[in-house]
Amino acid sequence: MSPKENKIIPFIKAIPKNIFSGFVVSLIALPLGLGLAMASDAPPIAGIIAAVVGGITVSLLGGSHVTIAGPGNGLVGVLLVAITTLGIESAYAAIICSGILLLILGFLRLGKLADFFPSSAIQGMLAAIGLIILGKQFHIMMAHKIAREDTVDYLLEIPFTINDAVHYRDTGLIYAAAAGVISLLIMAFYSKIRNKYLQLIPAPMWIVILSIGFSYYFELIVLEGNPIANNYMISGIPEFSEIISQIPTVDFSKIGSLPFWSSVVALTLIASIESLLSIKAVDKLDPEKRRSNVNRDLKALGLATVGSGFLGGLNVVTVIARSSVNVNNGGSNRSSNFFHALFLVVFIVLFSTQLTRIPLPALMAILVYTGYKLASPGNIKNSFRIGREQLLIFFVTLIVTLKIGLISGIVSGVVVTFIIHIFINKSLSLFVRNWLKPNVLMYKEEDVEGSYYVSVKHFCSFLNYYRLKERLNAVPESQDVIVDFSLCEFVDHTVMENLNNYQELFAKRGGYFEVVGLDLHDTDSKHPFALRRLLPVPNLIKKSLTKRQTNIENLARDYVLSYFDKKEKEVSFLNHFLFFRTKKINHISNQLAAENKDLTMFDIEFSEGEFIAKEVVRTTMLFIKLNKAIPEFTLDREGFLEKVYAFAGFKDIPIQNHEDFSNRFYLLGEDEEAIKHFFNDDITHFFESNPYYHIESNGEGLLVFGKERLASIKEIKALYDFGKRLKHVVS
Amino acid sequence: MSLKPFHTIGIGVTFSPNLKANIFEASRLAVMFQSKLVLIHVGTESAEKMEQFQNILEPFIKQSLDYSIVFKAGDPVDVILSVSEEKKINLLILGALKRENFLKYYVGSIARKITRQANCSVLLLINPSVVRMPCRHVVVNGLKDPKTKHTIASAFYVASSLGAEKITIVEEITEDKVTVKVDDDKSLRKAAILKERLKMRETSRVNAIIENIPKDYTQDIAIKSQPIFGKQGYSIGHYAQISRADLLVMNAPSKMTFWDRLFPHDIEHILTELPTDVLIIQ
Repeated sequence: MSPKENKIIPFIKAIPKNIFSGFVVSLIALPLGLGLAMASDAPPIAGIIAAVVGGITVSLLGGSHVTIAGPGNGLVGVLLVAITTLGIESAYAAIICSGILLLILGFLRLGKLADFFPSSAIQGMLAAIGLIILGKQFHIMMAHKIAREDTVDYLLEIPFTINDAVHYRDTGLIYAAAAGVISLLIMAFYSKIRNKYLQLIPAPMWIVILSIGFSYYFELIVLEGNPIANNYMISGIPEFSEIISQIPTVDFSKIGSLPFWSSVVALTLIASIESLLSIKAVDKLDPEKRRSNVNRDLKALGLATVGSGFLGGLNVVTVIARSSVNVNNGGSNRSSNFFHALFLVVFIVLFSTQLTRIPLPALMAILVYTGYKLASPGNIKNSFRIGREQLLIFFVTLIVTLKIGLISGIVSGVVVTFIIHIFINKSLSLFVRNWLKPNVLMYKEEDVEGSYYVSVKHFCSFLNYYRLKERLNAVPESQDVIVDFSLCEFVDHTVMENLNNYQELFAKRGGYFEVVGLDLHDTDSKHPFALRRLLPVPNLIKKSLTKRQTNIENLARDYVLSYFDKKEKEVSFLNHFLFFRTKKINHISNQLAAENKDLTMFDIEFSEGEFIAKEVVRTTMLFIKLNKAIPEFTLDREGFLEKVYAFAGFKDIPIQNHEDFSNRFYLLGEDEEAIKHFFNDDITHFFESNPYYHIESNGEGLLVFGKERLASIKEIKALYDFGKRLKHVVS
Repeated sequence: MSLKPFHTIGIGVTFSPNLKANIFEASRLAVMFQSKLVLIHVGTESAEKMEQFQNILEPFIKQSLDYSIVFKAGDPVDVILSVSEEKKINLLILGALKRENFLKYYVGSIARKITRQANCSVLLLINPSVVRMPCRHVVVNGLKDPKTKHTIASAFYVASSLGAEKITIVEEITEDKVTVKVDDDKSLRKAAILKERLKMRETSRVNAIIENIPKDYTQDIAIKSQPIFGKQGYSIGHYAQISRADLLVMNAPSKMTFWDRLFPHDIEHILTELPTDVLIIQ
């Protein structure tokens, strides 16, 4: 047993960093909150209220560490239905009831509820929600408000709206549509531009800043009114004092009606699914590798939703995009969620009049982009790659959700999945007979050093995955686990996907997770196993090399290096680098390695953030394997961004007698003494007299890279040369 | 403690393709345990049947097998149970059925009824064979139950008689014994400590049982103990299956009500999916 650590001091030390990340998150939460509320036909401030109440309640009472709570994308569709059928005052009552249901779910420990839905059905449902958001808001983005009965009609009318927009005569509308289109372009291309000063402010905030700036420009310099049509500006943002004095009345009179309760159930369902999926995804990003208490978080979210409903706010859920922004900006504990709420309050108190200068189309562009990301063709392609039947599940759920409603949609997804499973196995009895059996056996092998063995019998699908999950959750992620499916006749896609998640989680936290016994199924014609195809099959057909690859190949011949062009997913040697703690490595490719493998160069693809804040980065890196232990440190150029980070709690380590080095380089690390000792004259001189690179040590190896993009052949040569000499100096 | 539990072995025989294999298995056991063998045939007596049985028994009669054949007409369950009572049978051998196309075995309705009602030990054979299959690995339950002591002792007796190399004592610990629910890192740590403590307690309990068994039966066999957190009766079968045990030895169920059959537990799980040969000790 480890001794009890003092938790208060690290917590206080981390507060500056969390204030900073909370601030960045509030920048994205403000426009999103306004937009999500307006998309749900609620007053814009309702979204901010949800974020503030959620941020404060969940940070104080919740069980997760780096998540951010606030109004969610997934709920827009349901809230829209609730508000149009019930009216806003009864909708608040529905929100409060769904909060109570969430609270009950938390107390009944039903955090596992989300496991009972097949992942393709959830994907389909989310895509449908994306289309609902996109379909409705696209028209507002193009300054062409329309009202239709059916969500599908909104989608079908998109071409007509574009046509109308091209032929606008009214300058007010032209400006409004232009604001929308430009905002959409900002959302779409923001992640493509890797400039650290630009990236300090999230894309949605850029839209807000630019549009407010634009309005002031006309008012103060051109001395004209805002050219954007008045009815396309945000209205109804109250002063802070008004929010408090004008708490809306909540109308519980429809509590006996069926539409009321179907809204409540849908709200609860989507809120819990969205929150649980987000918490799971954010846990993977947590730099301190903590495990969230899901049920406690559900309780906190439920309570926050009740509070938010009474104050005139929307449902509170855990949101993935904002949480990932939080992690990427150094959020390390719950206080960042709290500070995000606090900053939102500050914004509303100080800037509520400025917010009315934001054009509606600009705000809706953010939502259109969100909707597009939810329903992006990439998701559909992914489903198809896993199997044709997944595509069927996906589309059935999608279409039923669009045509009838969310609850029918997800139910139809579950039913279709089950029917497909029966069809594939040609057996209903396999499921009926074995559903209730405790088919998962786990024990710690006594003879082998601490490895857990899990055996699964009969079948393992979304129907009984919770049993397997319960067992796997009881294993610390730093241990070894072997999951054996050799007695299992059928494993579905939901399970395979979740196991893949576990695999990543265990790899990140120093454990080992292996799935065995599935090869058997491939050869056994009795059990067609299309649904376990998820294990990535290596591309057997050799593609022709690109020009860059041929050049690298030539270079390899020149320098007598070995070259391997295929994608490699096994990147465990990179796991312990600080740089990758909040990033997910997708694969490395185009490896160049020296003969003794101590110097490896490779192209790497990794992603930062999730969902709309997700950015995929490809770059070239050099890895030097060292034969001796050195202290862990990060070395980078001294610059503006580092000054910001210094404010946020990091400290530069000065090296004595090397003024130039200390001025030009920024050196971070925990063990200050060892680092000072390590940076002797030779090493500091080497860095002073060579080009800049970002250099990181994980104690046994060095990671060297330049820009956050793929390196050219020349740069590869320079990097290789630098690495060779660095290795020489260090060892 | 008497460690010669099986004085009389009984087996129900019908004219099925498995007849010879069943009789061979039973006779072999009778010879090994030096006990009396009773063949029970549900039906009327005839010289022809008698001769057939005796032909099959031929090789064992040479090994001085003490046997008798009982013919009695009536309901199979009643006949076998009543004859077992009359003849004071200690061990009843029953054959299991194989599910079509699958390598899965289950106990047919007659055998199941007998297993539930029998007052003697029952051995369920999944794969009776004419040629002797060696029994290498015996798995026995180590439940916290008054019967367990006797069961483990019998398992050692059987294992040493059959020349098994290894005995694994599985202590099934029900999940509700672990009072801590795993939610986060803290509760996970707590649960892990609690589990470790439960394991130690179970292992020391089982070790105390083993110490009371005469050394003759324990010294030549590798003994392993394996605590498992899981559903009673089901986990042990699953374990026996994956550890490729040749014989699973279990306590007899204490009581059997209507509800037990509706919501199967303990032995009922084993009867629906027989992992290997199962010996239920009364």
